[in-house]
Amino acid sequence: MTQRRAVLLVRIAVLAGLVALLEICCRTGIIDPLTVIPPSDMIASMVDHVGSGELNESIVRTFSTIALAFVLAIGCGTLAGALVHRSPRLRDVADPLLASYYSVPTFIFYPLLVALLGLGKAPLVVLGVLSAAPAVMISTLSGLDGVSPVLMKIARVHRLSPGRTLWWIVLPAAMPRLFTGFKLALSYALIGVIAGEFILSGTGLGYAISFAYQSFDNRAMYGLMLFVLLVAVIANGILYVWEGRLARRRSTG
Amino acid sequence: MGGAAGAPPFNGMSDLALENALSRRTSRRRIRAFDAAVLALTMLGLWQAIGSWTNGVAVSPPLQTLVYLFGLLRTWMFWDHAAATLEAFLLAFALSALIGLALGLIFGVRRFAGEVAEPILAGFYTIPKVTLYPVVLLVFGLGMSAKVAFGVMHGLVPMTLFTLGAVRSLPPVLIRTARVLRLSPGRTMRWVLVPACLPAIVDGLRISFSLSLLGVLIGEMFSSQRGLGFLLVNGMAQHNVPLSTAVVTVIVAVAIAANTLMLRLGGRTARRPT
Repeated sequence: MTQRRAVLLVRIAVLAGLVALLEICCRTGIIDPLTVIPPSDMIASMVDHVGSGELNESIVRTFSTIALAFVLAIGCGTLAGALVHRSPRLRDVADPLLASYYSVPTFIFYPLLVALLGLGKAPLVVLGVLSAAPAVMISTLSGLDGVSPVLMKIARVHRLSPGRTLWWIVLPAAMPRLFTGFKLALSYALIGVIAGEFILSGTGLGYAISFAYQSFDNRAMYGLMLFVLLVAVIANGILYVWEGRLARRRSTG
Repeated sequence: MGGAAGAPPFNGMSDLALENALSRRTSRRRIRAFDAAVLALTMLGLWQAIGSWTNGVAVSPPLQTLVYLFGLLRTWMFWDHAAATLEAFLLAFALSALIGLALGLIFGVRRFAGEVAEPILAGFYTIPKVTLYPVVLLVFGLGMSAKVAFGVMHGLVPMTLFTLGAVRSLPPVLIRTARVLRLSPGRTMRWVLVPACLPAIVDGLRISFSLSLLGVLIGEMFSSQRGLGFLLVNGMAQHNVPLSTAVVTVIVAVAIAANTLMLRLGGRTARRPT
């Protein structure tokens, strides 16, 4: 426990030191203020821009797109994973596909998606699902593989119906790995949607950042950037802590 | 699975079982080849369907793309863009692999530093790094170095994390032996750590390969005047659908080929006797 606390303290100190170093370098002019603005200015700018309400529409739009992509990815990925798990023949086909899926940079399909679906929400959602669903599928497969045969035998001994077997046996046993997939899905959906907005879109937070960059509004750009990164870190952090708790509960029985 | 594995009482039985298993294996392989062919045809059909359904506004059909691609491969312009991407990518990949390997080994051996650094790295891995691209542009300026830096930002962390994990789960006997033999840190890495972690290092290289490619391509798509990413976005902007579809096809083919090669390589290093 003390070891863990020491690690945590040093980690916080390292991060704080880096931020302080950046602040000092910017304030003393070692780093050109036209390149990077001091962290304290970034925070002030973030509070200004997010607090002023001018971005509310973009924020709602971006996060609703991410949420939609996330939910769809989890639904499609879990279903596809369960389906493929049932049939060894499908599995033989799917495994090599899944193994090389993430080697293809999904973003290169984005211009095609825009041409196909227009510049609205649809191509962003599809991009988010395309980058997140396979991760869910992979983790569903590995979670279902990890359910030990003894548990399934117990379910049969107790004559559980398929639905109850799923709810009481399969889901709890596969949960930790499923959860890893959900965590990945969130960060992939987030990266996919924001990157899509950033490269080619007319709305959303990613677009706001790219617009600020193109109009040389550094202050706004850094404030928005900080906001997006904070949200991403917090969302991932929550899932990370939750996952740790799940794993601990499992290890204690 | 069946009788071939056990010790059957009669020779005749064992021959029969063996033959059975063999024929089952070849028929299974045949089924697999059939399924793969069906899959390939389905994908081509889907591609064709999307192409003709949208009248080639978004995606040009497979045959047309292939014809266009062969024409494109004969132009000097294409190779100029491809060379720009390749140069940036190779630099980014080499830098991420070398720095990631070194960092991973150091953080793996120094437990405390490793535990401090790992969540920071993992956190950096999951944030949308695209939003940081303007900063990279401001720091490095437009051009090759910004693309390379962005590729390294993507490729460095997975390499570090894979190596770190491998070193950490190494049997401590190996490191203790190195200490007993009084190997210098450099020699410990060269002769003990790297060979012992080779399968994980190959995995890390594979992930790092595709992510640095992703980083370089995103960089080119956002703001660049050269490279395949630029060619793709440009093709879209000029409504040159066969061009962008052909570029996507080239990138997908190269990425999958490289990944398959490295998967094979990884399988071989994992099976190698230690």
